[in-house]
Amino acid sequence: MTFTESTRERAREIIARYPVGRERSALLPLLHLVQSEEGYVSADGIGFCAETLGLTKAEVNAVATFYTMYKRKPAGDWLVSVCTNTMCGVLGGDRAFQALAEHLEVGHDETTADGTITLEHAECLAACDYAPVLTVNYEFFDKVQAEDALRIVEQLRQGERPVPDRGARLCTLKEMSVQLAGFVDDREGAVGEGPAGEPTLAGNRLAERYGISVPGFDPDTPIGQPAPGGPGNVKPETAPKPAVDRKPAGDNP
Amino acid sequence: MTSPAPPSREALAMLTPVLTKRWLSPDAWRLDVYERLDGYSALRKALGAHQDDLIQLVKDSGLRGRGGAGFPTGMKWGFIPQAGNSGAKPHYLVVNADEGEPGTCKDLPLMMADPHSLVEGIIIACYAIRSNRAFIYIRGEAVHAARRLRHAVQEAYQAGYLGRDILGSGFDLDLVVHSGAGAYICGEETALLDSLEGFRGQPRLRPPFPATHGLYACPTVVNNVETIASVPYIVLGGAQWFRSMGTEKSPGPKIYSISGRVENPGQYECALGITLRQLIELAGGMLPGHTLRYWTPGGSSTPLLTDEHLDVPMDFEGMASVGTMLGTTAVQVFSDQDCPVYATYRWIEFYHHESCGKCTPCREGNYWMKQVLRRILAGKGTHEDLDTLLDSADNILGRSFCALGDGAASPVQSSIKFFKQDYLDYIEGRKAPLLDPVEVGAH
Repeated sequence: MTFTESTRERAREIIARYPVGRERSALLPLLHLVQSEEGYVSADGIGFCAETLGLTKAEVNAVATFYTMYKRKPAGDWLVSVCTNTMCGVLGGDRAFQALAEHLEVGHDETTADGTITLEHAECLAACDYAPVLTVNYEFFDKVQAEDALRIVEQLRQGERPVPDRGARLCTLKEMSVQLAGFVDDREGAVGEGPAGEPTLAGNRLAERYGISVPGFDPDTPIGQPAPGGPGNVKPETAPKPAVDRKPAGDNP
Repeated sequence: MTSPAPPSREALAMLTPVLTKRWLSPDAWRLDVYERLDGYSALRKALGAHQDDLIQLVKDSGLRGRGGAGFPTGMKWGFIPQAGNSGAKPHYLVVNADEGEPGTCKDLPLMMADPHSLVEGIIIACYAIRSNRAFIYIRGEAVHAARRLRHAVQEAYQAGYLGRDILGSGFDLDLVVHSGAGAYICGEETALLDSLEGFRGQPRLRPPFPATHGLYACPTVVNNVETIASVPYIVLGGAQWFRSMGTEKSPGPKIYSISGRVENPGQYECALGITLRQLIELAGGMLPGHTLRYWTPGGSSTPLLTDEHLDVPMDFEGMASVGTMLGTTAVQVFSDQDCPVYATYRWIEFYHHESCGKCTPCREGNYWMKQVLRRILAGKGTHEDLDTLLDSADNILGRSFCALGDGAASPVQSSIKFFKQDYLDYIEGRKAPLLDPVEVGAH
C-alpha cells in the first residue's frame, strides 16, 4: 500500500526529534507509525521505514522482528494481553488465559475468526500490586479473574468499550500505535483519566492515617556546603529524629 | 472484611513519604497543581548553583541507583568528562523507564501520578552534567504512563522549563519521550542505548562504559526513573536531610513494591533497611490462611529468600549478606500454597522468552533449563535433572554477556537451595504432576 501524506508528515516530525545524523533513532517510532496505518508491520511498512531512513529492508526487518509489540500479521482491533508471569499467573492469570483461549478459540498471538480480538499472554506488565492483570490495547484492567476476563472480551465483541481501571478510555490498536509513535493523545480529557488505585496509594494512606512525615526538611538548605560529617556542618535541626510532627517533605513552606 | 492488626510503631516509623507524597493529590500530574505543591522550586534553586556543586551534592547525599545495581549516582555523573578534555562531543542523559523486571511496579505509578517530578529531576541532572538533550526510554506497553509524561513534557516546554534559555539561565534542554516496543532486555542500559539508536536491543561489551561511549558513542548518563525523581528533593532538603533516612551505606527513601499473598499489596515508600517483617506489617499482614514461604527482595533476578530472612534489613548490604540483592525492591510474597518449582519454571520461561540471543550461555541455558523444569513439573523428571539445572545455572552465571543471564540463574539456584524437597517430591512421585507438557506454555 502507499502511505498517506499525513503519515509521511508524521514520519518527518518523528525524525526531527533526534539529532541530525542520528535519524536511525526514529526507527522504533516509525515502526509503530506504520502499524498505526495498517494494523501490523507489513512488507510495505518495512519498505516505508527503509526508504524513509535510507536503510535496507533487511536492516529494518531485523529490528522489527526483535520486538514483540510489532505484529507480523494483521491483528484485531483489540489486543488482549493476559499477564501470566509468576505473580499474576499464580493469583489467577493462568486460569484467565486458559478461559479466554477456550472461549475465543484462539491461542497465543492469534486473532478470532471475526477479526476483532487478538489474544496474547504477556510477560510481567509491571503492575504486580494489582495482580492478576490484563490489558486491552495496553490499558489496564486490574484484579481480573477468569470470569472478569470473559466479561471484558464479551463486551468488546459486542462493540462495547469496557472502561479500564487505570489509564484512559479504550481506543483501537491502530489509534494506540499513533501514541506509541510519540504523539500526544489528543482525545479531550484522556490524559487525566484513570485515577491511581488503592495499591498505588497504600503507603501514603498509612502515613496520612498515622500523621507520619519526614522531619527536618528545609527547602532553603544551601547547595555547595561541605560534605556531611565535615567540620562545622552539623546542623542540629536536621539530625535524624523520630518520624513525628515536623514539616512534611514536598509541602509549601 | 475484618481490619487487620495495626502495624507496630517500629514499622510505621520506617515510612518516609517523600517521592510518593504528591501521589495523594489526584491532579498532581498537571503542571499548575505540581507547581502549587512546590514543583519546579528545586529547579530554580539548582539553576542558581554551580554544576560541580550539584554533582557534589548528589555524591554527598549517598544516592544510589534505584534501578537495581545501586551504583552511586553522583559518582556516575562525575564520570562524564567535562570541559577541557571531552572535545566537542555532546553529553546525554537517558532515563531508563523500561520497567519490566518481574515484580517491579514502582516507576510506572510514579510517572502516572507525578510525571513532572521526573521531568524536573531530568532538567536538574542535565544542567549538572552539562547535557542539552535527554531521552526518557519508556517501556512500550506503558502507554498510560507515557501519555502523562508526554503531556508533562509539553506543559514544561510551554512554561519555559524546557527548550531554550530555561528560566533565563542560558541553559538549553530538549527532552524526548521514546516508547520501546516490547523487549525486557532493553532495561539493560547498553541494550537500551542500542534500541534508542534504532537497532535490536542487545547489550554492548563493556568497557567502554556509557559514561564515555554511550548514546551515539558520546558521554552518557543512564539513570533509573526513581533515581532521577529523587534529585529535586536532595536539591531542596540537602544531602544531610536525605541521609537522615535509611542506613549509612544505603541512604534515603525507597519505594518498596509488595505484591502477592498480603492483605494490602502496593507501594510503600520507606527508609532503606526496612525488614520484610515490618513491610508485611505495613501491608496489613499475610492473607488469612497463607503462611510466608518464599519471597523475592527485588524482582525475579534476585535470589529467593524464606521466612528465615524476615528480619534482615532490606538495603544493599543487608541483602548481600544473605546471598541475594536489593534489586528493584520488588518484594513478591509467596505462601505455602504457591509451589516454588512452578514459580521458578515460570520465571525461566520468562528469561527464555526475553533472552536477546546474543550470547550462548543465556540463549541456550535458559532454553534447556525451561525444558528440564517442564519435565520435572510434568512428573517425568529424574534426579540427574537437578544436577543439570544447577550445572546450567552455573554456566550461565558470570558467563553471560549481561545481567539478564545472571538473573536467570537466581531463581533456579536459590529455589533448589531452599526447596530441594519440592523438586524431589515431583521427581519421586510424591506430588501429582502440575503440568501436562502438551498443554503448557504458549511460546
